[in-house]
Amino acid sequence: MVKLRAADGVCDDSPAAKTSAAVPLLEIRSVSKSFGSRDVLRDVSLSVASGEFLTTLGESGSGKTTMLRLIAGFEQPDAGEIWMGGERLDNLPPHRRRVNTVFQTYALFPHCSVYENIAYGLRIRQTSKSEMDQRVRRVLEMVRMSEYMHSAPAKLSGGQQQRVALARALVNRPQVLLLDEPLSALDANLRRQMQLELKSLQRELGITFLFVTHDQEEAMALSDRIALLRAGRMEQVASPREIYNCPQTAYTALFIGQTNLLRGQVKNGVAYCGKLTWIAAGPDGPATFSLRPESIRPSSPNSRSGRDAAVCFRARILSQTFAGSTDLLQIECEDGQILRVRIPSGQTGAMAGVLEFLAEDAIRVQDAEQG
Amino acid sequence: MYSRRYKSAVTIPPLLWVTLFLLIPYAMLFCYSFWRVSPLQIIVHQWNLGNYRELLRNPMYAAVLFRSMLIASAVTALALLLGYPLAYYLSFRAASRKGMLYPLVIIPLWVSYLVRGYAWKTILGSDGVLNGFLRYLHLVRHPVEFFLYSPFAVVLMLTHIYTPFTFLPIYAALEHVPRNLVEASVDLGASPRQTFWRVILPLSLPGVLAGATFAFVLSLGDFLAPLLVGGPSGIMISNIVVSLFGSAYDWPLGAAISLCMLILVMGLLFLAERLEKKWSFS
Repeated sequence: MVKLRAADGVCDDSPAAKTSAAVPLLEIRSVSKSFGSRDVLRDVSLSVASGEFLTTLGESGSGKTTMLRLIAGFEQPDAGEIWMGGERLDNLPPHRRRVNTVFQTYALFPHCSVYENIAYGLRIRQTSKSEMDQRVRRVLEMVRMSEYMHSAPAKLSGGQQQRVALARALVNRPQVLLLDEPLSALDANLRRQMQLELKSLQRELGITFLFVTHDQEEAMALSDRIALLRAGRMEQVASPREIYNCPQTAYTALFIGQTNLLRGQVKNGVAYCGKLTWIAAGPDGPATFSLRPESIRPSSPNSRSGRDAAVCFRARILSQTFAGSTDLLQIECEDGQILRVRIPSGQTGAMAGVLEFLAEDAIRVQDAEQG
Repeated sequence: MYSRRYKSAVTIPPLLWVTLFLLIPYAMLFCYSFWRVSPLQIIVHQWNLGNYRELLRNPMYAAVLFRSMLIASAVTALALLLGYPLAYYLSFRAASRKGMLYPLVIIPLWVSYLVRGYAWKTILGSDGVLNGFLRYLHLVRHPVEFFLYSPFAVVLMLTHIYTPFTFLPIYAALEHVPRNLVEASVDLGASPRQTFWRVILPLSLPGVLAGATFAFVLSLGDFLAPLLVGGPSGIMISNIVVSLFGSAYDWPLGAAISLCMLILVMGLLFLAERLEKKWSFS
């Protein structure tokens, strides 16, 4: 089972109820899989709640697609079990599983029209002709592809093919819909639009989505929870907000959004990192803290007096990148540490003075490189 | 781009080849088919339709053509029945055994046609391997005669020879069926059998068509198999052409039959190409 970090004092902005799979529909229990000598998944566990939008996020080669293929039944796990709705899933042949997949390359049948592609699963299940027709037409409307009903898939654009692939899976009303990087072949604008459509479709239908992507922004925008895979192991499973605000490991902190990793020591409840010190809980010893670029800001007199927890320092600007509503800065502290800072555009001038961050924004993380 | 000299160097030899060995012989064939042989066995360059009239008048020609087409159809059907499952197994099921099995299918193509023909003679003959085996099992008392020198023997030998030609295009087509389409079908609830009928077979039809065309056209024009193992009842249209150009010395009539066959085959190829275009989706 996945251990979820309960919302502690720092991470109180993530409702605990939302982060746990209360009624697990799909359960992956200690699954391992290797291809030859390559371990693709190592002792991975995950439970997905009914109606949830869960995203498996990871770099290429992290095993996220393999996990989906195990659930769909295209691969067999070497160890572990997969359960769905109280039924052992990994013993069933793929065509008996109540899951459907949206493939990265769409995999539309080139010899069938759009209509026939979508009707495929219903024909196999010998749905009555009138019901089939009704369901196909409804799902075509849902993905706004009714006018292309009789087209051949090859005549459609990437985004349209994507919609057909989605409709072909949804029309079967699967218990879980598996989506294998379905948007990665689309250009940026279309991609954002499809993200919104996907999310609203999922809300509307209430079908459980297990979505795979390597794009952390996409994962953040869509998911109820994110499961971060790293080299075949589950790194962290949490809501987007929690995984961003309370990363458990340095890897998570770096992968989700941007961050500064402060490496130092904790002694008697005080963190020492270069010339910066602040009050930090936890055991003594080497420690790594994640500090988001937007947590650093120019200090103002009233904020300094108001909060004891503010850590103040001076720095000079090394570089500045314009990013629309914000500026991304690289600054060098007096002790030589280089930090990334994100501030509202046009406020660079204020950076010449004293800077500060709140001690509670520096999140202590596990760091493989530092005990 | 390319110099004039380079262009002529690469285009003239093939053009010359086609003209010398295809266009001129066909033109000659065309001319001969409208000439006639005098009673003194001299070819008279006198334009007439007599040869074609003879083909329509004498029912023997139609009968042999019909038999040839029947044999070719049987060979095509058998080659498909053997070649398709073999290609399917190799492409979808063989996995690591593929590297070993594929050459086993191809190697017979390197063995001389005549050697294989004579091999069938020793297998099917009255003192042959098959009869010996049947007598050893006491299934028959006297050697079975119809194995050799019959249409049956021709079909058997042609099937053996042309099955690899059918196998190859089917195998190529199956190798090109995207595997994620197979997965998509299974994912949508189709059993492996349903997936075969609904996805794999339709997508491999261009290969099936190409293989069938090979088997049909090649065996329709074959004259060695009937010569070696066909006997009088296994005679095919090409044997008639051979004898007309040889011992019978009626080149004009032979040319007329050849031209008819040519038109028939070209029509078939044209049809096959049209269908192939219709069935391919890549």
